[in-house]
Amino acid sequence: MELVNYPTSFLDIISQPWHWAISGASLALILWLMTWLGRKFGISTSFETWCSVAGAGKRFSFFQRDLKNDMWRIVFVAGAIMGGFLSANYLQSPSPVGISDETIAHLATWNINYSASVTENPGFLPFEIFNLTNPFGILLAVIGGFLVGFGARYAKGCTSGHAITGLAHLQLPSLVTVIGFFIGGLIMTHLFMPFIFG
Amino acid sequence: MRLFSFFLVGSFFGIVMTKSEAISWFRIVEMFRFESFHMYGIIGTAVALSAAILWIAKSRGIKTIDGKQVQYTPMTFSFKRHILAGSIFGLGWGLIGACPGPIYVLLGQGYGIFIVVLLSATLGAFAYGATQKYLPH
Repeated sequence: MELVNYPTSFLDIISQPWHWAISGASLALILWLMTWLGRKFGISTSFETWCSVAGAGKRFSFFQRDLKNDMWRIVFVAGAIMGGFLSANYLQSPSPVGISDETIAHLATWNINYSASVTENPGFLPFEIFNLTNPFGILLAVIGGFLVGFGARYAKGCTSGHAITGLAHLQLPSLVTVIGFFIGGLIMTHLFMPFIFG
Repeated sequence: MRLFSFFLVGSFFGIVMTKSEAISWFRIVEMFRFESFHMYGIIGTAVALSAAILWIAKSRGIKTIDGKQVQYTPMTFSFKRHILAGSIFGLGWGLIGACPGPIYVLLGQGYGIFIVVLLSATLGAFAYGATQKYLPH
């Protein structure tokens, strides 16, 4: 039985929520591995890849790309999906996401009950809103997804490409883009969401 | 074999995004309300360490697996474009609490609504490609 115990306790250790410093260092490791493998760490270009796969290149030259050069992207996001699957099935956290009491109190003013939410899922999203049986949640998913996809490609990069890779290469366009991320996020969180959820 | 490495790095990325809690909608609300250091700690550590690693790689001439120099091809800078595009992205990020990486990771965790988010994000990328000549760059 002791043979079984060792990997279980290792899994127990990595199943706990990771400290921000460990998480940040892991992202730096990922950026280095991608650089070493000769590719630029960036996720949102994959949205363009799906457009090209669906044939958007016939109509718009923007989507004409050699999909052979994009195979690594497809494989990388397939890996990300697998990572999510493994985390949800084999590395479940012993405790839900530990957000601050101030945030929990504020969410209550949006009629989002955090402690009820974490009985449905580990604190990753307000499941009573964001699920496929709630038309309002689907509407928000459509709007939010569209803005993310449109903005990321207009900016030529998202959080991975600009906020991590671009900033680490000390790029001015990335700094301005990240400032934009915060302008948009602050407007949404402080002006629109109280109206959407309140 | 090279492709499989991307699958492994991608899987590690999925686990890191989950265990760091960066995929949490609640963490993003908390971040934009400045009620915790958590997300700033993650991004700050990632950028600082990455910058150090890249600086060492560039100054010592550490090569990639193909024997090439570590370098970055700069984008054409346009304040208008980047601030506007970033803000549009930020509006969506704040609303759904997930940037592109977490969209895939949450899909893998079985949250069906992220199929909708992914399709809509792809539609958003299509809309950009279709209208880019009319947009300020």
